[in-house]
Amino acid sequence: MKPFVRESQMHLFSKTCVALCLGAFGIVVSAQTDAAIKVGLLSTLSGPGAGLGVDIRDGFQLAVKLSGGKFGGKDVEVIVADDQASPDVGRQTADRLVKRDKVDFMTGIVFSNVMLAVGAPTFLSKTFYISANAGPSQLAGEQCNPYFFSASYQNDNMHEAVGKVVNDKSFKRVALIAPNYPAGKDAITGFKRFYKGEIASETYTALNQLDYGTELSKLRATKPDAVYIFLPGGLGINFIKQFVGAGLSKDMILFGPGFSADEDVIKAVGDPMLGMFNTSQWGHDMDNAANKKFVAEFEKAYGRLPTLYAAQGYDAARLIESAVRDTKGKLEDKALVQKALQTAKFDSVRGSFKFNTNHFPIQDYHLRVIIKDSKGRVTNRTLNTVFKGHADAYAASCKMPSL
Amino acid sequence: MNGILLLEQSLNGLQFGLMLFLMAAGLTLVFGIMDMINLAHGSLYMVGAYCIASVAAVTGSFWMGLAGGVFAAAVFGILLEVSILRRLYARDHLSQVLGTFAILLMCNETVRLIWGAQPVTLNPPEALSGPVALLPELMYPAYRLFIIGVGLLVALFLYVLITRTRIGMQVRAGAANREMAMAMGSHVQGLFTAVFGVGAALCAVAGGMLGPLLAVQVGMGENILILAFVVIVIGGIGSIRGAFLGALLVGFVDTAGRTLVPMVFDSLLSPEAASNTGPAVASILIYTLMATVLFFKPRGLFPTHG
Amino acid sequence: MAKSLALKSLDHDLKWRWSGLVLLTLMALPYLAHAAGEAFYIALATRILIFALAATSLNLILGFGGMVSFGHAAFLGVGAYTVAILSQMGVVDAWVAWPTAMVVAGLFAFLIGAVSLRTQGVYFIMITLAFAQMMYYLVVSFKAYGGDDGMSLPARSRIGFLDMSADTNFYYVTLVACIAVLILIARVLNARFGHVLQAIRENEVRMQSLGYAVFRYKLCAFVMSGALAGLAGALLANQSGFVSPALMQWSQSGMLMMMVILGGVGHLYGGVWGAIVFLLLEETLSHFTIHWQLGLGSLLLAVVLLAPNGLTSVFKHLRKEPSA
Repeated sequence: MKPFVRESQMHLFSKTCVALCLGAFGIVVSAQTDAAIKVGLLSTLSGPGAGLGVDIRDGFQLAVKLSGGKFGGKDVEVIVADDQASPDVGRQTADRLVKRDKVDFMTGIVFSNVMLAVGAPTFLSKTFYISANAGPSQLAGEQCNPYFFSASYQNDNMHEAVGKVVNDKSFKRVALIAPNYPAGKDAITGFKRFYKGEIASETYTALNQLDYGTELSKLRATKPDAVYIFLPGGLGINFIKQFVGAGLSKDMILFGPGFSADEDVIKAVGDPMLGMFNTSQWGHDMDNAANKKFVAEFEKAYGRLPTLYAAQGYDAARLIESAVRDTKGKLEDKALVQKALQTAKFDSVRGSFKFNTNHFPIQDYHLRVIIKDSKGRVTNRTLNTVFKGHADAYAASCKMPSL
Repeated sequence: MNGILLLEQSLNGLQFGLMLFLMAAGLTLVFGIMDMINLAHGSLYMVGAYCIASVAAVTGSFWMGLAGGVFAAAVFGILLEVSILRRLYARDHLSQVLGTFAILLMCNETVRLIWGAQPVTLNPPEALSGPVALLPELMYPAYRLFIIGVGLLVALFLYVLITRTRIGMQVRAGAANREMAMAMGSHVQGLFTAVFGVGAALCAVAGGMLGPLLAVQVGMGENILILAFVVIVIGGIGSIRGAFLGALLVGFVDTAGRTLVPMVFDSLLSPEAASNTGPAVASILIYTLMATVLFFKPRGLFPTHG
Repeated sequence: MAKSLALKSLDHDLKWRWSGLVLLTLMALPYLAHAAGEAFYIALATRILIFALAATSLNLILGFGGMVSFGHAAFLGVGAYTVAILSQMGVVDAWVAWPTAMVVAGLFAFLIGAVSLRTQGVYFIMITLAFAQMMYYLVVSFKAYGGDDGMSLPARSRIGFLDMSADTNFYYVTLVACIAVLILIARVLNARFGHVLQAIRENEVRMQSLGYAVFRYKLCAFVMSGALAGLAGALLANQSGFVSPALMQWSQSGMLMMMVILGGVGHLYGGVWGAIVFLLLEETLSHFTIHWQLGLGSLLLAVVLLAPNGLTSVFKHLRKEPSA
């Protein structure tokens, strides 16, 4: 027998619900803690891009752990949130972090479209954003903002490096594939800046697209000698698997930026990726003290090799730490914090680190290749340097406003 | 545009259409016989894919995973039907929509709780991960051919089941006129549960087939659910034959739209603009197709009466 | 049993006795929030009011008109995008932008309603869903307005001298809008139009045979509902300062329907209660766990399964015809 509830009881039920909600709400409001330093780590923790966000988070939290949970002597509280790779969700969550939780620093975003949506409320609230990945050209040039610092790179850079490599290797016809969002466009623009040969085709895919049957048939029809893909995380994994599955890897050489050929993709795809060239500002085999420590500790803590994203998350944490240390914890003085951030006095895992006038790094970019190492693992080996002390192409158009 | 491209895209369309059919078959039967809109159907697809991925990861074999996962999903579907969904049969459509929507939310979160927010890998079996030379110039992925094979087999199986067995007869009777079928002595309760279980198993198969191509992640059922609804509305609610034809139609239109439309636009607009409008127009095409079919045949292509 | 089965009256009272109290609390809210040092919650309250308005507009056709529209979020999105596009073009005057949003949304409602209302039952649900999806994909393809990535609004609308970039000011404007809409809907429902609409919900065939132009009444209600959703969308665009196609997804329509049923289908304040419960639940539960949707889903399921007799008489007309 279905239970029948009278309408008056139904109304009582609704009203009780509301009362309970308000009560719980009250508890939540009063339960806000006051840690010394709060960092809002908003990243992509679900969906095909989840691996990247998880790596940023793990790298960042490793840095905090290695510093004993304190930056410059003050306790650190890292509030982790998921932006679900959606600009909409990201913006609302950022609003909450900045206005309700009143974080001192924001970081973590993977995707540039989310970054651009989150930027406005973050900068308006005068909160510093240290990017552990996204580096859209808009924020490097005309829309540059005093509160934005990139601890990673500017989107075009890695693609510029591959463009140069492909150009120098004299490939005649290259097909380009990237997702249709700000970083995807930056990627193609960057590649074309240094590659002067013929573009066989230029295809933009959807950011949540996982089935590349159409794109692969198009490749088969246009017959380029090389294919350049910018497909981060799960997108790249799917594409490469399907690319090999369609038998195209025998006819065309695959190139990508560091993102599309990093440890996460390698782990999922495996042997078919041997021999793939890619570029990056960092490799886990780079020979400096900070990096050696980082890689060793990361493997010990998480049981896997760190990717580019983890390295960037780690560096972002170290950068924030240096700012807190150099301002002696006086975070209310925004000008002081900005100066400390600009100076960037910390040991980066990629070697020397320096900011340009638009708050993007000036750094080296290296060529990497996927090989089987002495332990039999399929992984990246860093080869030569493609660009030394490379700055992005947008710094000139940035007229940095005052705080 | 060359013949190879067309052939390859036709095969892709066929593959996608057949998978849609697996989803739509269960949905149309549930809708036709029990008169229930089931928004949780996509969740069965998701749970199926996750179960298959887990069993495959544990046993190291795709085939074991497939068998184990399909069975687990069918059991889950039956449990769901017996415990909750049964109470919604007699209710109006709004209550069904909201009740099953609630189940959809709960399934998403429970899966996230058990398996985590990151996608789970499901790899095709080694034997099928390479290409097959269909024509001298056409190397088609073996796995997609396998999907087509499985889809056709299942369609054949359903056809035999529905038209040549006693249970199938009862199913058709129930879809045509429920009250009459009950009056004539069909054991309705058990029939409903069986139909639901079969529907869940079909979803799981679709999930297992598509898992290696797409990603096994939370919320994976929602996009394909909408398309499945479009398919059954086009095909006629309660009709397997309608679901089959509707699914193929939608599969082809969708794939053709995604290939041909950007090609046409490529020659007219910049690559960026073409890639914006292309998929959008392709998607709109499907809904326009549905609206057109409904305009001429308000109850779908093969309406059953129920 | 007889008492609870009694037909509800077609008139809906604003119930000033206790709604007046609630109103006073709402008016005092910003001061309370500032006093507690939690100014963030003014923005949350504004958001709740906006969704209360949206849910109420859905309740008009769903609860009072018996039309189960699964595409209501589309009108919300249309209103939001109208304001965003106008804002980008430099038109920030609320007296221009917001009525335009309502008109545009109403126009879309007219077009969609004219086609959809010719269908019945599940086909109506499906076709409204289909149209909403079409709108979604259409907006995704507009890269000039951000496409999938959405678009930020340069600034909030302005009403004369009132600067609404201050959260408190915007909150009061939203509150006034909500009250106005609720009073309007009460008036409409208690008038002849509202009585006819509710009678159509009860028994469409009878109303048809009595000579009422049923289609026109339903379409009129549909357009009104769409326009009000457009207003909610305009306010939403201002509140978040951002619009994206995600506003129009079918899951958003589902959320709106959820609010209506949680709050009380066919009750004047149903949309309001539903929005309050839903958004407060989201805010509080998400603080404790990321799996808050599990709690929400269970609540919704409980509500659906334990529905009282009173509500089923409202839905009676939705049952399919016995023979083809």
